[in-house]
Amino acid sequence: MKLSYQWLREWASPRLDARALAERLTLAGLEVGAIEPVAPPLENVVVGKVRSTSAHPTAERLMICEVEAGRGKTVQVACGAPNVAAGMKAPLALPGAVLPGERRIEAANIQGIDSSGMLCSAAELGLGDDASGLLVLDASARVGAPLAEVLRLDDVTLEIDVTPNRGDCLSVAGIAREVAALTGARLNVVTKRKIAAKARKRIAVKLIAKNECPHYAGRVVQGLDPRATTPMWMRERLRRSGLRSLGPMVDVTNYVMLELGQPMHAFDLDKLRGSILVRTARENESLVLLDGRTLTAPAGSLIIADDRGPIALAGIMGGQDTAVGDQTRAVFLESACFDPATIAQHARALGIQTESSQRFERGVDPELQVRALERATELLLAISGGTPGPIVEARGKREPRANITLRRARLERVLGSVLPVGKVERALKALGMQVRKTADGWQVVPPSYRFDVRIEADLIEEVARVIGYSSIPARLPSVPMTASDASESRLEPKRLRALLVDRDYQEVITYSFVDPGLQQCIDPTMPSLALANPISADMAVMRATLWPGLLQTLRYNRNRQQSRIRIFELGHRFRLGNDTLLEEPVIAGVASGAASEKQWGVAEREVDYYDIKGDIEALLALTGRSDEFRFVAAAHPALHPGQSAAIYFAKDHVGWLGSLHPALQARFESGPAILFEITLAALSQRSVPVFAEISRFPAIRRDLAIVVSEDTTAEKIIDLVRKVAGNLLVNLQLFDVYRGEGIDSGRKSLALGLTLQHSSRTLREAEVDALITQVISSLRDELGGKLRQ
Amino acid sequence: MADTIESVQQQLARLLAEAEAAAANATDVNGIEDLRVRYLGKKGLLTEQLKQVGTLAPEDRPRVGKWVNETKDKLTERLSVRKAELEAKAQDTKLARERIDVTLPGRAAAIGGLHPITRTLDRLEQIFVGMGFAVADGPEVEDDYHNFEALNIPAHHPSRAMHDTFYFDAHRLLRTHTSPVQVRYMESHRPPLRIIAPGRVYRNDSDITHTPMFHQIEGLMVAEHVTFADLKGVLTEFLNRFFERELAVRFRPSYFPFTEPSAEVDISCVICGAKGCRVCKNTGWLEVLGSGMVHPAVFRHVNIDSERYTGFAFGLGVERLAMLRYAVTDLRLFYENDLRFLQQFK
Repeated sequence: MKLSYQWLREWASPRLDARALAERLTLAGLEVGAIEPVAPPLENVVVGKVRSTSAHPTAERLMICEVEAGRGKTVQVACGAPNVAAGMKAPLALPGAVLPGERRIEAANIQGIDSSGMLCSAAELGLGDDASGLLVLDASARVGAPLAEVLRLDDVTLEIDVTPNRGDCLSVAGIAREVAALTGARLNVVTKRKIAAKARKRIAVKLIAKNECPHYAGRVVQGLDPRATTPMWMRERLRRSGLRSLGPMVDVTNYVMLELGQPMHAFDLDKLRGSILVRTARENESLVLLDGRTLTAPAGSLIIADDRGPIALAGIMGGQDTAVGDQTRAVFLESACFDPATIAQHARALGIQTESSQRFERGVDPELQVRALERATELLLAISGGTPGPIVEARGKREPRANITLRRARLERVLGSVLPVGKVERALKALGMQVRKTADGWQVVPPSYRFDVRIEADLIEEVARVIGYSSIPARLPSVPMTASDASESRLEPKRLRALLVDRDYQEVITYSFVDPGLQQCIDPTMPSLALANPISADMAVMRATLWPGLLQTLRYNRNRQQSRIRIFELGHRFRLGNDTLLEEPVIAGVASGAASEKQWGVAEREVDYYDIKGDIEALLALTGRSDEFRFVAAAHPALHPGQSAAIYFAKDHVGWLGSLHPALQARFESGPAILFEITLAALSQRSVPVFAEISRFPAIRRDLAIVVSEDTTAEKIIDLVRKVAGNLLVNLQLFDVYRGEGIDSGRKSLALGLTLQHSSRTLREAEVDALITQVISSLRDELGGKLRQ
Repeated sequence: MADTIESVQQQLARLLAEAEAAAANATDVNGIEDLRVRYLGKKGLLTEQLKQVGTLAPEDRPRVGKWVNETKDKLTERLSVRKAELEAKAQDTKLARERIDVTLPGRAAAIGGLHPITRTLDRLEQIFVGMGFAVADGPEVEDDYHNFEALNIPAHHPSRAMHDTFYFDAHRLLRTHTSPVQVRYMESHRPPLRIIAPGRVYRNDSDITHTPMFHQIEGLMVAEHVTFADLKGVLTEFLNRFFERELAVRFRPSYFPFTEPSAEVDISCVICGAKGCRVCKNTGWLEVLGSGMVHPAVFRHVNIDSERYTGFAFGLGVERLAMLRYAVTDLRLFYENDLRFLQQFK
């Protein structure tokens, strides 16, 4: 809600300047977002009266105007405005004036004609955006008077962020009520006149949708002067609230809406047929709106109809067929109260937001309609003349006014502060509430415009708001001491993050919605959960893996001269399966470029599968259950078929590790990259250690080099050695892999270091030899392994 | 024929002088060893002298024998000193040869870093956990009930328009705030409760000051006597800890359907020291979080007796706090993931 400070002061005038008043309102919940001057300083701009106009001798589009500038002075001015005419009054910028955009007005010679000033449009003066012609001033404006004085431009606008519950504050009167309540200033109700009917002409109103329309009032005004224009003061006030002038009838309804908070509509009486019906729309009822759009009213939405059909979307927008125009001589003025939820539902469904719908959605005082109608009539008669008919009213269902119990003990228990009885009562009464003292508190009836106040908690807020939140103490609660959960078997994500950071990974946070195409190319078989209203096509589906975001981040940074990139993210992925959604946290990463920063004394090489596997194994080691994880060669559409592993925890498939498929490297402009993703669930449990006695007896180490075929995995060899060596094997290291001279092609040599130890005695040389022999023969028998000579 | 004892004496002196000169000239320990063998070994020159004592007149023998032994002792002593000298010198040479440039960079020193939002979340959690709050979480794909209905935001409520909700279908949506976690937590836990719920939230809005995804932390405290004064106390304490200084904090009435009374919380501008700047729009104040006393309708949805229990809730925008804390000027930087930005947060 944007309004003129001058206007507000007509209604309530506390001894506060605009800034102090704004502060007071802000601290009472009506946040003043901005205070702006209504116009730039317009020195040397005066009211000019065009005495005569004549054509410019050479410039076709220019007129030469003789303009009275006051004190008997007349200046000659060249003017190209289409509406310039002898007799009109318009702003005249005299030499020395500085208009917005540092535009200096000086006496000049325009194509051979002396011009000592400029006649101005509203836009040229910074008074709105109308640049179509000169700003037409009232005929009563004193020639030569400073424009700022005539238009009362020594004003500011207050931009107030009205919260959705305070529909009552979307008007000058509403803000003024608050100002009066908060400052003690007197509320000056400007609009009290009743306008008696002077003609009998009336339109019957049939209110059918009683649930959707608690109250409907209307009146005919005939004999309007179609040549009348909206006075400058009203146009200025509308402008200061951000509304354009659209002729007296529309301006008056808008003015009353701003002043009192009652949205109104003026129908051209001559275009109405029969009576007014307030009803819900039937199937396929359409109308052409004021803005020219044709649309079908959604079934069940509230419409205003005449005998022929819909003429307005109630509370949202009027129809073109019955709109007022230049020729309108009689109107039917509508002032109604519509159900907020109905208007909200249909305005949103249609995607139409108007000043009217915005107010109805938040609620309009159900007792305001007649008063607003009287005010509009008063203003309309003053501008356009005419004779008013009687006020016609129809009533629907109205919620009874709340009658709320406020307990003093509850008030103090919620606020944590003891408040004097008198202070509470004064606060409530200042807000227009009827207050009756009871044994343990008060019985309160809020005014009709405070329909947002329904329960005791609402009253508690109102009291706190008026006395000021600052007067409630701040206190740290004292609560029973509790011990925090200290589960040792839970592995916190924080620890996982710390490990990856310490191993030179940078954490990133990417969007949870991704490009469906990218997701498809990472896994064509995976169904994606799609947003119904994505913000853009490349953020249209929920990520089923973190890889699309990570690969995009990789590309983004590679395109910015970063060649070595190691990033990870911890976040949710969203997987669809058989109609169910599995949302689960995962930890995922990608590494690309050199294995380490370029370093003296260290040969450069690209990061490879085993580098990242090492990082993953470090993560797994945090669980204390490394032995329960396995890496199994498996194919993934996004990974190199020969360099990818499914990660298993016991029997559960918990993640992937592998090299990005060469085909995708091009797609992501990523170069070779290693990717991983593991569910957080697999990493969230760790074992609590149980001490095992340290053997006091010497350990014996034996190294073996075994030659096996290329397709024999290290895991098979290790598993077999472990099985055969049994409990005596306390450590097993695979410390070398060799291919080349001395080894047949298609085979490789793996070097194993076995450490053997007995827990309660010294091992004998002979039994170690026997065991090693047994290991070697098992490797030979089961895996075709030969001892390397 | 035997020399005169005088000549023996002279000879011994000559040998000693000769050996001492040789020792002084020796360049390494081996040279000293050679001298030892040459003069003091079994067939050494001095040992030979001792053998010749027997050829002397018996009365001269003790005297000459003593001379010879004295000379041997002198030389032995001299050689051992010289040997030690040479050993020390050799050690020095070896150490000098092993000198390295200690200023060359170490190996594999690089570490990564946390995203500044995670870093901020960690601090927020730390402060609240210190005040006895537990950490709870909930799904990001929410249903209409938990995101709106149960929070007293019925269908067609005007405040829904401010949420710019991402929908999947009529019932499922991306949570627009972390407040649904309040509801879920109260569905499964009874008071007294004290939780925070950090996480990602989503709104269909993208411009210089909005990203379609951002982070919030929700807070909730419910017990038999939780008051608005407690809310003010806890949030003031939190803000002072987070910014590590005493800030002016003000509470101003606002509106959230799920709290009543509701309060926006402003702090004195940390950028300009409340003098007025672009960030605080010349007001000297920065809005940092929303809060209020839990609305009875919310308690009703989760079957908590609002006559017996009261509570406060709050929600704060993590990006906003991170921007203020680290002087980040553009919200969008958080989600571009430019390493040159991220690496500034080690």
